[in-house]
Amino acid sequence: MKLTKIALLLGISALVPNLANAGTLEEVMKKGTLNCGVSTGIPGFSATDSKGVWKGLDVDLCRAVASAVLGDADKVKYIPLTAKERFTALQSGEVDLLSRTTTWTATRDTSLGLNFAGVNYYDGQGFLVTKKLGVTSAKELDGATFCIQAGTTSELNLTDYFKANSMEYKAVTYDTSGQTIDGFKKGRCDAVTSDASQLYGLRQKMDDPSATIVLPEIISKEPLGPVVRQGDDAWFNIVKWTMFATLEAEELGVTKSNVDAMLKSENPSIKRLLGTSGKAGENLGLKSDWAYKIVKNVGNYGESFDQHVGKDSPLMIDRGLNNLWNKGGLMYSMPVR
Amino acid sequence: MNKTQLPESTGNGFLNNPQNRAIIYQVIALLFVIFLAYYFTNNMFENVEKRGITTGFSFLDDVAGFGISQTLVEYSDATSSYYDVFVIGLLNTLLVSVIGVVFASVLGLLIGVGRLSANYLISRLSLVYIETFRNIPILLQILFWYNVVLASLPSPRQSFSYFDSFFLNNRGLLTPEPIFESGSGFIFTAVILSIVGVFFLARWAKKRHDLSGEEFPIFKVSVAILVLSPVLVYFVTGQPIGAEYPELKGFNFKGGITIIPELLALIFALSIYTATYIAEAVRAGIEAVPPGQKEAAKSLGLKDHVILRKVVLPQALRVIIPPVINQYLNLVKNSSLATAIGYPELVTLFSGTTLNQVGQAIEIILMTMAVYLTISIVISLVLNWVNAKMAIKGR
Repeated sequence: MKLTKIALLLGISALVPNLANAGTLEEVMKKGTLNCGVSTGIPGFSATDSKGVWKGLDVDLCRAVASAVLGDADKVKYIPLTAKERFTALQSGEVDLLSRTTTWTATRDTSLGLNFAGVNYYDGQGFLVTKKLGVTSAKELDGATFCIQAGTTSELNLTDYFKANSMEYKAVTYDTSGQTIDGFKKGRCDAVTSDASQLYGLRQKMDDPSATIVLPEIISKEPLGPVVRQGDDAWFNIVKWTMFATLEAEELGVTKSNVDAMLKSENPSIKRLLGTSGKAGENLGLKSDWAYKIVKNVGNYGESFDQHVGKDSPLMIDRGLNNLWNKGGLMYSMPVR
Repeated sequence: MNKTQLPESTGNGFLNNPQNRAIIYQVIALLFVIFLAYYFTNNMFENVEKRGITTGFSFLDDVAGFGISQTLVEYSDATSSYYDVFVIGLLNTLLVSVIGVVFASVLGLLIGVGRLSANYLISRLSLVYIETFRNIPILLQILFWYNVVLASLPSPRQSFSYFDSFFLNNRGLLTPEPIFESGSGFIFTAVILSIVGVFFLARWAKKRHDLSGEEFPIFKVSVAILVLSPVLVYFVTGQPIGAEYPELKGFNFKGGITIIPELLALIFALSIYTATYIAEAVRAGIEAVPPGQKEAAKSLGLKDHVILRKVVLPQALRVIIPPVINQYLNLVKNSSLATAIGYPELVTLFSGTTLNQVGQAIEIILMTMAVYLTISIVISLVLNWVNAKMAIKGR
C-alpha cells in the first residue's frame, strides 16, 4: 500500500515539466527576492563591510535590478560564488543574475548557454608584486611564481603573455581570491596576477599595502559585466536596460539626491527615463517608475563608481575607460526612447 | 533466501504464490530504477539542449593553456590539451594517495601498537595523538599544515641549504634530479635481479626454518644484497648516473626536482589524520586476539617483539583489514580537499579549472566521478583479496 503511494507520487512528479527555463522575471516577482551571484569577497566590487552588508559596484547592479523589478533594492539574496562555481550556478538556476567581475569572452558567450548583458567595468590584467623584489616592469618577471585564481581568464592570459615574451613562469592556483592573496602574503609566490581593479582591492588586504606595487603593464582586455541565462529574452532585456538606465541617469545628471526634483523636469530625455512620459517600463514588463526606483535606491553609475572603487573609496581608481563616452571613456548608454 | 521460511501458498492463483510475488516485486523495483535513470538522463539532455550549452567530449582535444605547478609527465601550457590536464590531475591524485596510504599505514600501525604498550608514557601519548587528530576536521588540518609549512619556511633567496644540493624554502623542497646516461640500464637490471634473488632467498630461508627450526638473518642479508649489488654495478660501469643540481637563478631555483609545499602539507594532513583511524583498527585487531595466544607464546620463551610479529599481528590482521580498506578509500577521496590549498590534483585541475574554462559540467563531473569510483573499486578488490588470503582456512 505504502509502496504504491510512493510510486504514484514519483510517477506524477515525473510528468511535471522540466526545470523552468524562461520566466525568470515571473519567478523573481513570485519569490519576492532576486538571487544574485557575487564574488566571495573582492573589495570595491562585491564584499561585505564590517556590519556584514554587501557593498560594491557589482552589488549595486544587483540592487539596481532588484529596484527595477521589485521596487526595493534590499530584496536581494547574495550568493557568494568562486570563479569556478559561477557559471554552473547560473546555468542550473541557483542564481537569477551573475554580477561578479566576469570577463566577456567568445567561448563563454557562445558555448555555455549564457548571455552577457553589457559591460559595467572595462578592466585589464595586471601584476602585483612586493617592492622588495625590485621589479619595475612585468618584462622582468622571467622565472617568477604567480598566485592566481583557478578558472579565470587571467590564468590563460598569463600563458599567452609569457609565451609571447619567451619567458617562463610557475603558477600556483587557488580557489578563492582570499586564498590567492594569502598565498602571496606568505611568500608562496612572487606576484599575483588578476584584473588590475581587483589588484588594487586585494592590495588593501595586505598588512602593509605600501610595500607592494601594481606594475604598469596591462596585458589583456577584460570587459567585465553581468551575465544571464540564454533563452530568456525578457529577463536579458531587463538586466541590459537596468545597466543602461544607470548610465543614462549619469549622463542626464540625475542623481540619488535630485531624482525627486527631476520628476518635474521638462527635459524629454529625463521624462522618458523616469517614466513620466513614454512606455520604456511597460515594454520591459515593469512598472513605469522602474528607472526612478533604480536611481532613487542605488544612484547612477557615476555615483556607484565613485563610492565603491573611485575617488570616494579606498581604492581610488581613476575613471579612465570607465568614464562616459562624452568624457573620454567607453561607457555609452543606448538611448532610452 | 530460506524457502522453508516462506508461508504456505494460500490459493492456486499465480499471484498467491509468495515466491512468484517476491520475483515480481524485484522486477518492478528494477524497472522503476531503470525508468528513473532514463527519465533523469533524458531530462538533463533536454535542458542542456534548450539552454544552448555545448555537449560532448571534443573539448578534451583543445589546448588547455594554463600553468600547472606540479606535473609528473611532460606538460606544456601552450600546447598540451585538456586530456593531458586530466591525466596529470589523475597522476597527482594517485601520487598523494599512494604516499598517503604508505605513511598512514606505517604511522597507524606504530600508534596502534603503542596504544597497547605496557609503557605508560607511550600508551598515553598514543591516546592523546589519536583523540586530537581524529576529532579535528580534515580540511582544517590541511589548511593548518599548509600555513605552518608556508609560514615557517624562508623565501628562496634565504633557503635552508643542505650539502649545497638540497634546499628547503617556501617554494618547496628542492633535490638534485638524477640524469641517466648510457649504461644505467645495467644498474636497473642489477636492482631487479637482486629483488628476485632476495625473494628466492626468503623462500629458501622459510623452508629451512620450517624443516630445521634454524633462523637465518634474512633481513640483514637482504638489505646487503639490495644495496651492495647495484652500488657495485654503478662503479663497474663507470658511474653512469649523474645529477642536475638546483641552482638559484633570478627569483627561483632552476633545475632539480621540486616537491611543492602543497604536496607536503597534503600528505602530512592526510596521513596523520587517517593514521588515527588505522591505529584504532590495529588496536581493535590486537585486542581481538585471545590472550591465551600471547601467554602460550610467552611460555615458549619468545621475546615480546617476536610474539607481536609472528603470533599476534597475523591473527589480528583478519580483524584489521576490513576497516582499513575503508580508511584507504577515505584517504583517496579526502585528497580532493587539496583544492583548498591549490595542490593540482584531479578535482582542482579537472573539475575545477578545466570545468570553468570550458564549462562542460556534465561530462567533466561524470569523468571525475568515474575516476574515483574506479580507484575505490580497485582498492577494495585488492584488499578483499588480501583479506581472503588472511582468513582462517577451514580444514
